[in-house]
Amino acid sequence: MGRKLLLTHDHVEGIQGYTAYRANGGYRSVEKALKKMTPDEVVEEVKKSGLRGRGGAGFPTGMKWSFLAKPDGVPRYLVCNADESEPGTFKDRYLMERIPHILIEGMITSSYALGANTSYIYIRGEYFYVARILENAIAEAYANGWLGKNILGTGYNLDLYVQVGGGAYICGEETALLESLEGKRGNPRIKPPFPAVAGLYGCPTVVNNVETIAAVVPIVNDGGDEYAKIGIGRSTGTKLISASGNINKPGVYEIELGVPVEEFIFSDEYCGGIANGKRMKACVPGGSSVPILPDYLVCKTAAGEDRLMTYESLSDGGFVSGSMLGSGGFIVYDEHQCIVRNTWNFSRFYHHESCGQCSPCREGTGWMERVLHRLEKGEGNMSDIDLLVDVAKKIEGNTICPLGDAAAWPVAAAIRHFRHEFEYHVLHPDKIKDPKHGHREPIMPVKPEPVTA
Amino acid sequence: MAEVIQGTRAFNPSTRAGIKFSDEALKTIEALMKRYPEGKHKSALLPVLHVAQAESDGWLSPEVMDYVAELMKLQSIEVYEVASFYSMYNLKPVGKCVLEVCRTSSCWTRGAEDVIDYIGKKLNIREGETSPDGMFTLKTVECLGACGGAPMLQCGAEYHENLTEAKIDSLIERYRSEGRRKSYTDLDYQNTK
Repeated sequence: MGRKLLLTHDHVEGIQGYTAYRANGGYRSVEKALKKMTPDEVVEEVKKSGLRGRGGAGFPTGMKWSFLAKPDGVPRYLVCNADESEPGTFKDRYLMERIPHILIEGMITSSYALGANTSYIYIRGEYFYVARILENAIAEAYANGWLGKNILGTGYNLDLYVQVGGGAYICGEETALLESLEGKRGNPRIKPPFPAVAGLYGCPTVVNNVETIAAVVPIVNDGGDEYAKIGIGRSTGTKLISASGNINKPGVYEIELGVPVEEFIFSDEYCGGIANGKRMKACVPGGSSVPILPDYLVCKTAAGEDRLMTYESLSDGGFVSGSMLGSGGFIVYDEHQCIVRNTWNFSRFYHHESCGQCSPCREGTGWMERVLHRLEKGEGNMSDIDLLVDVAKKIEGNTICPLGDAAAWPVAAAIRHFRHEFEYHVLHPDKIKDPKHGHREPIMPVKPEPVTA
Repeated sequence: MAEVIQGTRAFNPSTRAGIKFSDEALKTIEALMKRYPEGKHKSALLPVLHVAQAESDGWLSPEVMDYVAELMKLQSIEVYEVASFYSMYNLKPVGKCVLEVCRTSSCWTRGAEDVIDYIGKKLNIREGETSPDGMFTLKTVECLGACGGAPMLQCGAEYHENLTEAKIDSLIERYRSEGRRKSYTDLDYQNTK
């Protein structure tokens, strides 16, 4: 049983409310930080912890914080990114719904560290009921003196607000989020300047994911060194994994980074194996944007080593035989799922969510969706498969924000590992007419023969 | 003479005669605008549009958007461009219950297509259509962050997860008997799992 830092009190009755949360050690990090530490000391602990951004990019949080510009007389902002929209990811919703106060506590401690006096939690509009839960928690925090003027008599002031979005995946990108928070369309900004220099209202701003901010609580309580003891190498601490797809026990699991992928999928402590006694065909380990892995590369790397749930191990082999930890949106597919249909599904998503600012993404995602739909319907040609690879290459790296890459990678990876399945769609249009053809004609991945000299 | 472009009108206060939000909504809007620094009240636009939509039978007509612009001292175009960007704002009339079924990968692997088919047949409507009695609109949406409870649908602020045909039946029955659209202020925020 791994250690838990965020979901420790997950099943305590009434933990959603202030009384139970406080009785279980809540708000200790605020007391410790405000009364006994300087802001820089808090930043130092976060640096020591090795905490990396939990939203997907995995950028070291302490370093991001230290980039924050501090010009005199200009307000600084902390904005929490609760726009969780990456398909396969639902950990932040779970955390905010179950233990809303841990986010509020993390926001206060982090805002103090960054010298912010106004902070915002930008939450996706669809999570409306979660926004209400957070607003209740904030009201309780104000009532108990953790927010507002002169917190704990230390002279530190902080106001915290929840902002509800309008439904757009792109607002999970930090500069699009800031645009949206300013009441505009969610078009990502060109960087530089980075938000640390010119973010919200042109002021220095840090944008962090919900889980990242929550992780600051145990880091301040127990010290950064203690946090860094968990995990392997540069993957320190615990991570919330959203497990979904064809597994026996979908849900949110807090793991110590470094758990073997095989254990995560098949042990009863976590996913509990593949549902209905079927075989695993593929896995997307980090949300829809990361490359899909065929069964033989999920639990072992190409070199035959055990694959672990860490940033490094999941990306072992680069894009040829690896993937990414990403946001921890772990989707498992059984032998009866059609990879072509799934890839089309993802492409439709990215086409729908492209903001339309950059031509390669706006046009390219539409092209990929239409070509994939044609293949999936059995109306494609062999040349379509290479056309997809070509379009994906022309999107990748040619857009302002990473949505273009996120749209291109899953397509390129699906073709890399499952080309025979795309070819099958071209060669046997009669067998795939039924939308549920995967159930009738399971096509398993083919492990390439090792090349010998 | 005012120019008419694709159903939107040029700014002209007289065309909005009759549009007025409830006092409670106006108070909420005022409070929302005060959350931001001096001169940055435009930040409240997204939440305000949610209030406006709840006050206007679930959708935003050009007149309602003009009214919002006037309330927030913005240009109408600033409101139009935002309302048309985000998927939660309806720019056409919708039924009293909008059933938004997630169709993205995790839900798809667990039968989202069957859910869409089932609701469509039951209500005799296709995706994007509203039932003739104006009660239900069937909409497909992209990932709503409930992949662990797939397949799922959202209606208003409520999430309904691990859907089965029986669950959908009772849900539709309950909504039909409730028969009304909940407004921004009386939305219940408890999960309905």
